[in-house]
Amino acid sequence: MKNEYEPVIGLETHVELYTNTKMFCGCRLSFGEEKNIYTCPVCLGHPGSLPVINKKAIEYAVKIALALNCKIKKYTIFHRKNYFYPDMPKNYQISQYDLPLGVGGYLDVDIGGYIRRVWITRVHMEEDTGKLLHKGTTGRISESEASIVDFNRAGTPLIEIVTEPDIRSPEEAREYMIVLRNLILFLDVSDCSMEEGSLRCDANVSVRKTGEDKIGTKTEIKNLNSFKFLQKGLEYEVKRQIKVLEAGDEVIQQTRHYDSKTGTTKALRFKEEAHDYRYFPEPDLVPIYIEDKMIEDIRKTIPELPSVKAKRFEKQYSLPKYDSNFLANNKDLSDYFEQCCRHYNNAKNIANWIMGDFSALLNKEKMIIKDSRVTPENLCKMLEIIDKGKINSKIAKSVFEEMFSTGGNPQKIIEDRGLEQISDEGLLEAIIEEVIKDNPGAVEQFKEGKDKAIDFLIGRVMAKTKGKANPGIVNDIITKKLS
Amino acid sequence: MAVLRGNLMERISKDDVKHVAKLAELEFSEKDIEKITSQLDRILEHVANISSVNTEGITPTSHILDIKNVFRDDMAEQSVTQESALKNAPDEANDGFKVPKID
Amino acid sequence: MEIHYLTAHQLKDILEKKQISCTEIVESVYLRIEEVGDRLNSYIRLEKESALSRAGEVDKLISAGSDIEDFMGMPIAIKDNICTKNITTTCASRILENYIPIYNATVIDRLESRNYILAGKANMDEFAMGSSNENSYFGTVKNPWDTDRVPGGSSGGPAVCVAAGEAVCSLGSDTGGSIRQPASLCGVVGFKPTYGMVSRYGLVAFASSLDQIGPLTRDVEDCAAMLNIICGYDRKDSTSINVEVPDYKSFLKADIKDMRIGVPKELMVEGIDREVKEAVYRIIKLVEDMGGIVEEISLPSLEYALSVYYIIAPSEASSNLSRFDGVRYGYRNVEARTLREMYRRSRAEGFGDEVKRRIMIGTYCLSAGYYDAYYEKAQRVRTLVINDFKKAFEKFDVLISPTSPTTAFKIGEKMEDPLTMYLSDICTIPVNLAGLPAISIPAGLSGSKLPIGLQIIGNVLREDNVLKVAYSLEKAIGFTGRPGL
Ligand SMILES: [Mg+2]
Ligand SMILES: [Zn+2]
Repeated sequence: MKNEYEPVIGLETHVELYTNTKMFCGCRLSFGEEKNIYTCPVCLGHPGSLPVINKKAIEYAVKIALALNCKIKKYTIFHRKNYFYPDMPKNYQISQYDLPLGVGGYLDVDIGGYIRRVWITRVHMEEDTGKLLHKGTTGRISESEASIVDFNRAGTPLIEIVTEPDIRSPEEAREYMIVLRNLILFLDVSDCSMEEGSLRCDANVSVRKTGEDKIGTKTEIKNLNSFKFLQKGLEYEVKRQIKVLEAGDEVIQQTRHYDSKTGTTKALRFKEEAHDYRYFPEPDLVPIYIEDKMIEDIRKTIPELPSVKAKRFEKQYSLPKYDSNFLANNKDLSDYFEQCCRHYNNAKNIANWIMGDFSALLNKEKMIIKDSRVTPENLCKMLEIIDKGKINSKIAKSVFEEMFSTGGNPQKIIEDRGLEQISDEGLLEAIIEEVIKDNPGAVEQFKEGKDKAIDFLIGRVMAKTKGKANPGIVNDIITKKLS
Repeated sequence: MAVLRGNLMERISKDDVKHVAKLAELEFSEKDIEKITSQLDRILEHVANISSVNTEGITPTSHILDIKNVFRDDMAEQSVTQESALKNAPDEANDGFKVPKID
Repeated sequence: MEIHYLTAHQLKDILEKKQISCTEIVESVYLRIEEVGDRLNSYIRLEKESALSRAGEVDKLISAGSDIEDFMGMPIAIKDNICTKNITTTCASRILENYIPIYNATVIDRLESRNYILAGKANMDEFAMGSSNENSYFGTVKNPWDTDRVPGGSSGGPAVCVAAGEAVCSLGSDTGGSIRQPASLCGVVGFKPTYGMVSRYGLVAFASSLDQIGPLTRDVEDCAAMLNIICGYDRKDSTSINVEVPDYKSFLKADIKDMRIGVPKELMVEGIDREVKEAVYRIIKLVEDMGGIVEEISLPSLEYALSVYYIIAPSEASSNLSRFDGVRYGYRNVEARTLREMYRRSRAEGFGDEVKRRIMIGTYCLSAGYYDAYYEKAQRVRTLVINDFKKAFEKFDVLISPTSPTTAFKIGEKMEDPLTMYLSDICTIPVNLAGLPAISIPAGLSGSKLPIGLQIIGNVLREDNVLKVAYSLEKAIGFTGRPGL
């Protein structure tokens, strides 16, 4: 009965930009240092202080809007969004209302098998709030007897990205966020860390009988602060709403909080004052006219975006779609990959190593490829050595591990550890003779036609040569000798 | 619905006043509500005379000056010390502004 | 004549002649404050000690041969809604009773760079909301010409300080007439510059799109000199105009021959005292005698200016005053057990009645369902007011009108009826809506020996015309009256 329903999901994403200074004052952005050390009359909302717009923040916002295929409004202004909350220094947030910076964009999300085009309603600029720390045992707002406000974060430039309700499943929501995050990382305007809260996401969810086109009553889910929680929270909420409807009840429009401990969503115990934000044009700021020149200059700073890059990789390096996407979605990996391609011509080999052993080690060490000690040159040297048959893949693994930990040159590692593959037939003949002598049983079986036996014999030869013997040649010699 | 008091003589009610007080985080005694309701009603009734003005095709002025694109460069300036940030705090605890239980 | 009644430029002259020291000037002013202060209540806070020590330093500078600039060593009163670093700035409100700014307003930095001396923080209507200076948490300010009467507002304190010799001059703020109307009622000069000419940084906001700082002085020459100091671009205020600042003193020429002067008939109609009208007509005669061309003109939209103002100003105020919540600074009710209770009780106990009234009006006008009908509609009508002035200034160099429809009224007279109180600004409000420069100069005394003020309005950035006409008329009128106390 569940699949009679389809979820209708829209996402509101907040992205903290990493400019040097705040949106409306010269205070530095803070990264969880001491409380209230990056503040001034403006971001503390002191009487008489006035905001002045950070140009860089506008440029970053335009960059994001363009990358999301938005139309940039030539004329845009800030509004005041009025409501009282202790993390808001002025008890209004300088935000945008009916004249947002960007409108009508989209983001294509590849959901293994099909593409979901998620339309972007608006991209607008605003200022972040301070941070509330809740005193008391649980650190939960509902149980704390008092709260502490830290205004270091207050005034940090924020971009809000609002989608149409185009998302049809929690998985799609998760994929959308991953693609959006990669995109913004490519733009180099935010570190997009969900742990640090520089990328935050709220969801509007409703469900409806599949086939219907009117949208049901929605709830807003907050605190979905990881890809996993986003999906889990939405899955729970969708199930919950279906249960409600199935029971013949109605979904109540409300804001709900996702609790990652229980994996459930709870209606906020006290809902903020019936929303009446009393938006009006911010009289302390003047309008912004974004000239075409500015748009074009900013467009030039936008690098090749993941989707485009992936297609190019498929064509230019004739990589499989999977590999292309895997590499293209990660700026560092794709940069590294292309550097390698300059030194070595078998792109698929490079891709395999980057996606395989290399990524495995990186994950294990919680490192990013930029910081690894393996230079593209050395990786390529190693691949050439393998191609020349100087080492086999098994040895290569251990060589690579040493390159990874020491940053050493593969040729040198191989020489120092004498790992070069033995292809000298004379040398191998002698060893093979011994093996045949020592393993009559296996020899018998081979003669009776049990092919398995030869693998055993080769294994013995390998063991004797510490894996350095060239398996191909060993195979030939044994077969020759025993037939 | 944006009803103009000038048009339909909609009076502001005590409940309106209570609702607005909530939005503004103000509180009034019952007897003050009476008083302020009638005062607001009188003022709003007077200002509602603008409803009779024809503003067809007239754009609202939120800025007298046609200044545009006033920006700062993204250069850090000296913040104030934690001490001066907290100097005026009515209540303070571990380097932050302390507020009562949030309801 | 007593030192405390001299103008800044007169004092500068005798300073240069070494006939007096800054210390003597400051002492004489404080002597005067001790003499009349209690009767007038024009200061919220005095800075006597620091003023005297600053005076000493300035005297050293002078004897060390540094040349004497305008207002160097002059004791000046600052309206208490202009932030002074480390000196309490209360806005005459309980909610800021103990608020100590952590920074200086830009105008204060500019004055300090000229070695001015802060005499004290002047009393005012709470958050500059009022026309009688009866809305101060620190008590009503009295008019020196008749202490049973109001000095006008909201810059009542700054006007009285100048009128009664308690400061050489003062800075006030003008949102709907708050400099010009009290200047008129106290018989001094008050100037509201073009919106954007003086930085608002550090002026505690009442209505951001209307507020402007300006000087109150004993004559037009001091006014021009003060404009030279406070006017000019400030990158901390996004609404400040980035233009070359002229030497305002260069406009002090007693010559209005062939200048075209309009008299808006909407500002000469009902509600204006007979005596006030007569004063204006006398001046019109003077102007014509001096070769100026005077004509009546109609600005029909002015009929709605008061309504527009009492929608826009409270709306912006309701938002500007949200920050007073007892969290980061200011008064907090300490019994409150929850946040919302703390907000409501702190604000209910911290704000006075008029402030609460305007917050309520503004919140209502911005709230869902009413925004279009009130706030946005008002912004549209505001455009019409601006257009009317634009048209008028195609034809005229300046417009003149009464500053206030009446002379100083009795304390308490209008307190029970906010709306009649609001009507006191009927002549000054349109000027703020259009962001124009305007001055009020003394036009003479009424039969009951109360000052009458004349308002001279110029086009945007045409301070030159305003000053020229003001200077010429000041000479022609020759007002020398002093309050009898
Ligand atoms: Mg937002
Ligand atoms: Zn700051």
